[in-house]
Amino acid sequence: MELMVTIASRNLEDGAVVVVGTGVPCAAAMLAQMTQSPNLTILFEAGGIAPLLPSMPISVGDSRTTYKGLKSTSMAEIMEFCQAGIVDYCFLGGAQIDQYGNLNSTMIGTDYNKPITRFPGSGGANDLASLCWKTMVVTPQNQKRFAKTVDFVTTPGYLQGGNSRTEAGLPVNTGPYKVITDIGVYGYHPETRQMMLLSLHPGKTLDDVKNNAEFEILIPEKYEITEEPTDFELKILREKVDPNGLVIGRK
Amino acid sequence: MSTKNLQTGQGELFMSPNVEDARAFFHQKKKLMTNKLTSVKEAVERNLHDGDYLAIGGFGGVRIPTALLHEVIRQQKKNLGFSGHVATHDCQILSAGECFDRCDAAYIVGLEARGLSTNARRLFESGTIQVTEWSNAALSWRFKAAAMGVPFLPCRSMLGTDTFKYSAAKEIECPFTGQKLLAVPALFPDVAFIHVHRADIYGNCQIDGILVADDDIAKASKHVIVTTEKIIDHEEIRREPGKTIIPFWCVDAVIEVPFGSYPGNMPGEYYSDEEHLAEWLKKEKNPEEFAAFIRKNILETKDFYEYLQLNGGIQKIQKLHQTEHLL
Repeated sequence: MELMVTIASRNLEDGAVVVVGTGVPCAAAMLAQMTQSPNLTILFEAGGIAPLLPSMPISVGDSRTTYKGLKSTSMAEIMEFCQAGIVDYCFLGGAQIDQYGNLNSTMIGTDYNKPITRFPGSGGANDLASLCWKTMVVTPQNQKRFAKTVDFVTTPGYLQGGNSRTEAGLPVNTGPYKVITDIGVYGYHPETRQMMLLSLHPGKTLDDVKNNAEFEILIPEKYEITEEPTDFELKILREKVDPNGLVIGRK
Repeated sequence: MSTKNLQTGQGELFMSPNVEDARAFFHQKKKLMTNKLTSVKEAVERNLHDGDYLAIGGFGGVRIPTALLHEVIRQQKKNLGFSGHVATHDCQILSAGECFDRCDAAYIVGLEARGLSTNARRLFESGTIQVTEWSNAALSWRFKAAAMGVPFLPCRSMLGTDTFKYSAAKEIECPFTGQKLLAVPALFPDVAFIHVHRADIYGNCQIDGILVADDDIAKASKHVIVTTEKIIDHEEIRREPGKTIIPFWCVDAVIEVPFGSYPGNMPGEYYSDEEHLAEWLKKEKNPEEFAAFIRKNILETKDFYEYLQLNGGIQKIQKLHQTEHLL
């Protein structure tokens, strides 16, 4: 988990604007802000703008999300910033992800009217992945989560691949950017939009990549080995970002 | 991009976006500044009827109108509709009373980082609740359209997904650019419950911190019941008009309920009671224990204060006040 949070944080450059949720995304944004990106602007979908987070919030609307912030506003205004093109990144999770980065957080089952398992639904996820420039997903990787077909497309990735996302009317040049798992970091093929390996975590193998996905992940000739968290990153993460181990203590 | 074959979501549209009807209703609504102070019991009895569509202010576990929600269960209201834009503890309370049979859902059955509500899931998995799917922005903009007095707003969310397929939104072509857009219909709830920091007796309200969608919900809803941490003098409203989020004419009833967002967070006042919310989630795992828990905490309590007293009373609030201020 420390590795996943650290990699996520390295993707947030100084001066960027990011919308985060609770848990891993929030920890990553805090770590980025306390290391290489002191001018990272953090937004919360419920209305918190640019807080200096004292600790991790338990709700994306709780008081921590406006602590020493610059503005507190409405959910509509945050989403309007996204729709207007202000927001660089969003961070999402989900029960299932497919090869084009489509996410399911609504239900398991085939009958919408009688789901086997009902999950919360989109919340703001569909909006953020539709409207922010780049969507990052942080998730554990296994066959169940990396599904050939998701039971419900809650949140758009590249939809059916190719140009289908733009054809659906979603903003041009937006879409899934990276997927960070416990095995590696993935991007998307520039044309087909299939998920492809960018870097493999130390100690993991290509078999781990393949055996933990129902769909085929593209393996390019050249890929990197993920750089481990530095002592400095770990120190900040353990002592300042998450001293109670709420996120990094999770398996 | 192609604008041929424009699609329509197959979900049920529960409330009419007819703005002429809404205008006529809001026109005849009395706009006299009268004293609207009442009790929780009376406000719910008078304003919320079986079958009504309810919007709930706040953000699930932040600035929520707990006293009113408990009263809905006590009065055993049935067949309500409700809008679940990040409905967390509020959805959990209404699910405990099985008070609703239809829901515009953007976020339901979960309590964010705290986990999922077993009981709310049971209800939504039973097939007895009619659900139409939305996103948080879509519901926010539906309230905004209603607040603006227009039948829909165009937006760029939900396109291409099953969230759209099971919604009641429609794809449209922009008359200016020819782009494909999503039209989300205005949502005019029958009743809204909103908890605020300060209000005068006429219903002019001030809110600290995030607004979520409450500015628009207050304008969109036919009847608005406000609970407030504190009643303030009318002159205080007049001294700082820039602070007024909800003007009096939106509001039908005002009730002073200090600590009224408990066990939710009230920005600047007290943090959420995580121990108690964890107890809710735990009790839900066993239906009999949960029924007893609801009897003890809601059905057999006279009002919100008895509930608060049962769960630690003023000492608990003091502790949550300290947590809120990082003491």
